[in-house]
Amino acid sequence: MNRRMIEMSILAVITILSIIAYLGKINGWHNGYTFSTGLSITLIILLAASVIFILVLTIKGKLIGRRIVFLYIGIAITLPLFMDISQEIVVSNDVKAVYADLEGLPAGSKILVSFDYDPASAPELQPMAEAFIGECFKRDFKLIMMGLWPMGPQQANMAVDTIMNRMGLTDQDIIYGEDWVNLGFQTGDVFVIQRMGGSFESMFHTDINGRPYQDIPLVKNIKNFSNIDYSFNLSAGFPGTVEWVQVGVDRYGLKLSCGNTAVQAPTVYPYLKAGQLSGLIGGMNDGAAFEKLTQLEGKATKFMLSQSFSHLIIIAFIFIGNVAYFRTGRKSALKK
Amino acid sequence: MRREIPLLITGIVGVVFVISYFIPHFPFNMMDGWFSDWFSIIQACAIVLGALNLLLISSQKIIRRKTDWGYSIVVMATFFLMIIAGFSGGVEFRGPDTTFTWLYNFTFMPLSSTMYAILAFFVASASYRAFRARNAEATLLLGAAFFVMIGRVPIGDLITGFMPEGARLSDLTGWIMDYPQTAGQRAIMIGIALGLVSTSLRVILGIERSHLGGDS
Amino acid sequence: MRRIEIRNNSFLSRVNITILAFSLLLLTVASVTAQDEIDPVTELIDSVVTPANPAPPTDITVKDTPNDAGGSITIRWALSADDATNGISKYRIMRQSNGSEFTQVGEATAGAGEYLDGQASDEHEFNYKVLAISEIPGESGETIVLTSESVVSEPISSSAQWFDSRRVNVLVVTAILVFFILWFIQRAKSGEKLFIRKIAGLEAVDEAVGRATEMGKKIFYVPGINDMDNVQTIASMTILGRVAELAGQYDTWLEVPVCRSLVMVTAKEVVKEAYTKVGRPDSYHEDQVHYLTDDQFGYAAAIDGMVVREKPATIFYMGAFFAESLILAETGNASGAIQIAGTAMPAQLPFFVTACDYTLIGEELFAASAYLSKEPKLLGSLKGQDYGKGAILIAILIGVLLETFGIWELSQIFSVIE
Repeated sequence: MNRRMIEMSILAVITILSIIAYLGKINGWHNGYTFSTGLSITLIILLAASVIFILVLTIKGKLIGRRIVFLYIGIAITLPLFMDISQEIVVSNDVKAVYADLEGLPAGSKILVSFDYDPASAPELQPMAEAFIGECFKRDFKLIMMGLWPMGPQQANMAVDTIMNRMGLTDQDIIYGEDWVNLGFQTGDVFVIQRMGGSFESMFHTDINGRPYQDIPLVKNIKNFSNIDYSFNLSAGFPGTVEWVQVGVDRYGLKLSCGNTAVQAPTVYPYLKAGQLSGLIGGMNDGAAFEKLTQLEGKATKFMLSQSFSHLIIIAFIFIGNVAYFRTGRKSALKK
Repeated sequence: MRREIPLLITGIVGVVFVISYFIPHFPFNMMDGWFSDWFSIIQACAIVLGALNLLLISSQKIIRRKTDWGYSIVVMATFFLMIIAGFSGGVEFRGPDTTFTWLYNFTFMPLSSTMYAILAFFVASASYRAFRARNAEATLLLGAAFFVMIGRVPIGDLITGFMPEGARLSDLTGWIMDYPQTAGQRAIMIGIALGLVSTSLRVILGIERSHLGGDS
Repeated sequence: MRRIEIRNNSFLSRVNITILAFSLLLLTVASVTAQDEIDPVTELIDSVVTPANPAPPTDITVKDTPNDAGGSITIRWALSADDATNGISKYRIMRQSNGSEFTQVGEATAGAGEYLDGQASDEHEFNYKVLAISEIPGESGETIVLTSESVVSEPISSSAQWFDSRRVNVLVVTAILVFFILWFIQRAKSGEKLFIRKIAGLEAVDEAVGRATEMGKKIFYVPGINDMDNVQTIASMTILGRVAELAGQYDTWLEVPVCRSLVMVTAKEVVKEAYTKVGRPDSYHEDQVHYLTDDQFGYAAAIDGMVVREKPATIFYMGAFFAESLILAETGNASGAIQIAGTAMPAQLPFFVTACDYTLIGEELFAASAYLSKEPKLLGSLKGQDYGKGAILIAILIGVLLETFGIWELSQIFSVIE
């Protein structure tokens, strides 16, 4: 059996096992697997031992390939999903600022939420969206949702459905058109924000379901940003937070805070420190922190263990890489 | 004329946008609105151009049996599948129980998330290869990366739990992100902003023409 | 005289205080006794009597919203006395024109003392009044709505302004910057020699194209994922022109996969022109520039696939990139291609620096057209930009000093937000 065949067989076995596990869950054969504490600790020790083994190999001059790094990252992300270890989530000041803003708003405040991301970044941003919407519903805020990305409004609807199910709210408790509305997507990127500064209706003649703007009780008296009490932007790139700051905040005086992917977050720090943004939820870690503040623990909290593990693994491999660097006379340590 | 007309349009639109930032009065506010709308309309209509090009190139590949033409069949099939699913749902094709939503939730979402998730693997391999203590600056960078990576997850505070509050790893990470990181970002951003202003000015004044397919 | 007066006064005040203290004592005793006696009765009355209307908002003032395009009036009021004790649910803003009926224009939350009516018209005069609304749950679950209204405001009409006074500082900075740029363009046109430092990433373009020619492999040019409205994409098209000229000269296949239709149209034009310029119009093929998808990661997946299958010798990433930057660059790195990147997205720069051979950082991307063409007018604008940077550095220094010595008012000059 050649190498390609071995790889394909491993892939096939993993796929079949995953399908069996999935079928098992939807047919009620099991309720998901959770490792016992003993097994979890054993697995962690084994993982650590194998990393030390790689370190020893590297010291001896045997370098590893990039696929080994990929494998370890895969394990570090997957294994913790089956472990039941709780961690103390630390809440940063920027996340506290978002929550403090919500605490400071009176019931009935109108909040504009822009969903500027697509399913790709949903694992990171969706938990933030759910916690934010949940907290707003708790506090009786009115939510006006929209998207500068074509898939954004779809994500908004999904977030509302999920959080209402989790909080046990029905369509009678939270009424569409009165408590929240989804205006949908509009093409034009930054120009959409600019035109909204003059009139929302000029950009959104109808909501996502085709209902005319003037027939929606929540928005019919909302002309532009001056009638909005607060805004929140969930962003994964362009157009996103930077554009909202440059046009919405600087030109029209919008009060804005945001949720960003971890990759994007460093870009918005200068705006945060200059006061153009009032708060920031950056990446999964801050998402978990926001869930903690709102007491709506969801997927971000659940996946934090994976994040911790993967960070530790990357640090371990950076260390191994440096050992290889000094060991092999400072040449590239990665086999291609 | 082929060059002059686009240059004229660019010039007029650019100048109006700049003026309307300072003068909110009629007619600049109205023209600002017009031009923004024009852009939205052109951008929306241009999607058709792209889609047609994709279909044309893919169908040519299949007909002429070019290398990897099998992939083009997948492109064409999924393209039409999504279009049919979208149109069959009518105006409310994004509703909860439509074929489009089903396809969106169970094919598009996992595929997109998978692509983004690959980033985790590439970050690991890139860090492994590039984060080397080559010299003093690189070592400083390496140290910062270490603290930020470990301080951004709960395990950082678990390790430094014995330290008083305010001196734990998450606080150090916060400091790195708030000050050295922000300072660096600002420096780059100011440079970029100036480059943007200068390039925009060249485009508006028609000094820069290379993007129109010719010499400056 | 004066002394007697004082004495008289102090005497009088003493008498007054005594009377006041005595009456207070009486009142307190009386109220305590009364409370003891009639408490159950008061409770009974409370439960029967309908709650009173809230105190109305007062001091209503209206003015034309400043610094706008007209059609907006700002209404301000002093909060209802009941607002402090959470007795108000919201305020409703009512408007009337030419003696017609009052109609609702909007609502403000409790605690808010201002509302901007953006639906006014400049031709009409309007009168406003504000209703304080209190919503209390009734006995059988219904909501009792109690309102009280302010007096009607003075009539007012909106108007547009000829200058947004909040943007004076931006105007001044822009004027300085534009002056420097135009001044140096003028000097460059008059024949003055201008120095431009070496940019390694752009120097390497020739070498990278040459390498592809030697290897007989393709060149990929990825112009980022933003549309033509982004200046980075425009800068990218400039560099594409240069790369296409070289590719045309050496007869090497240049492929430009794009993710925006307008970029596709522009890139086609740029590549075609470049091939014509070097006398190889026949070498240009329509399918060299092709559209993939508007979706960010769909685009990244498609390019990764092409890189893995076709193993190009050289890959250029020039333009605006986001989270897909490392996904693209790492795949290219693994395939062994020589990679040159250029972007003004600060968050993606570390990724490109790590995975590519050369990276144009931020403004280097915008300087590319001047650098490649050595056209005096473009070089002049670069020089002007540098002087602009100098001015900003001085402003930062002054700002830091002012903040350090606690002179806050002056540093506020630079602020663009209220």
